[in-house]
Amino acid sequence: MKIKQYSNVLDKPLSKGKQEVSLSAFSFLFSELVQYNQTQVDNIAELERRLEDAGYSIGARVLELLCHREKGNRRETRLLGILSFVHSTVWKVLFGKVADSLEKGTENEDEYMISEKELLVNRFISIPKDMGTFNCGAFVAGIVRGVLDSAGFPAVVTAHFVPVEGQQRPRTTILIKFAEEVLRREARLG
Amino acid sequence: MSRASGPRSGDAIFASVERVNAELFTLTYGAIVRQLLTDLEEVEEVNKQLDQMGYNIGIRLIDEFLAKSNVSRCVDFKETADMIAKVGFKMFLGVTASVTNWDADGTCCSIVLEDNPLVDFVELPDTCQGLYYCNILSGVIRGALEMVSMKTEVTWTRDMLRGDDAFELQVKLLKQVPEEYPYKDDD
Repeated sequence: MKIKQYSNVLDKPLSKGKQEVSLSAFSFLFSELVQYNQTQVDNIAELERRLEDAGYSIGARVLELLCHREKGNRRETRLLGILSFVHSTVWKVLFGKVADSLEKGTENEDEYMISEKELLVNRFISIPKDMGTFNCGAFVAGIVRGVLDSAGFPAVVTAHFVPVEGQQRPRTTILIKFAEEVLRREARLG
Repeated sequence: MSRASGPRSGDAIFASVERVNAELFTLTYGAIVRQLLTDLEEVEEVNKQLDQMGYNIGIRLIDEFLAKSNVSRCVDFKETADMIAKVGFKMFLGVTASVTNWDADGTCCSIVLEDNPLVDFVELPDTCQGLYYCNILSGVIRGALEMVSMKTEVTWTRDMLRGDDAFELQVKLLKQVPEEYPYKDDD
């Protein structure tokens, strides 16, 4: 038998995180998550909020895990640092690649966007007409918010479809709007 | 590929399919369990809901299993159990399982997981002692087998989160539903 027993989960050596499961196993599971939550709500906003909640709890754990494993127990304290941590380290571990782009919003100082041509959770999802702007990316937005919030960067994070010229499927943009206190602190740190 | 080439090995299929990081899978499953615990409050209800979700997955997952594994009709329940353990678990979760504890008439056996990606980072708190954390897996097996005309009962007999030394699922064949006319395998 390969598995060794530990009395406490904290005694276990931290896994290297290289194990994989099939994409379908994840997709089946994710689709059950969405379907179950659909039975618990009566509108789209509520459904997105519940998916975001599920993601948030993952984000909080991912931050802790990755700070231990990848960053020698240090976490980012600066805005650009934590954003690039999300865009590269977190994305790479969770989705196997760095996010397609990270940009600063042009209209507002406090807005940043992470964009992905084909977000993993939207890959096998088509939104029925009557569900309007519903976006399963809310789950990933939740993960991002979970990471940021737990690192001391409270923000409102939302997922949006953005049509791309010449492409049948829209890209998904995760919009991050930081709380005022974050920007004030950042300004103070210079 | 010729249909006559026989079943493909779980390793070969797993190597050829798209994969994702197991931690994303594990953490997502954890998020589902936590949501259910919050919504349903009763641990028994959570067990039921996890089994139901697994069942929903099983009845869909069997199609992909049959399409990718090249497995044709299993001659008996023994072969079926072997396919689940050797090919099924490998191609979806990347882990191997073994089949043991056959009863005399070959209708009941145990599937023992050598590795279980659902339980990384998990420890059951005192308030959840009645929880079958991995109950989704038993639902998947039950659902998938129902689609190939086998009614089964799947129960956990050992669970490491409850202090046992392995993860063991008992699979009991209740009834084999006869194939109905005019459906026959496409041979």
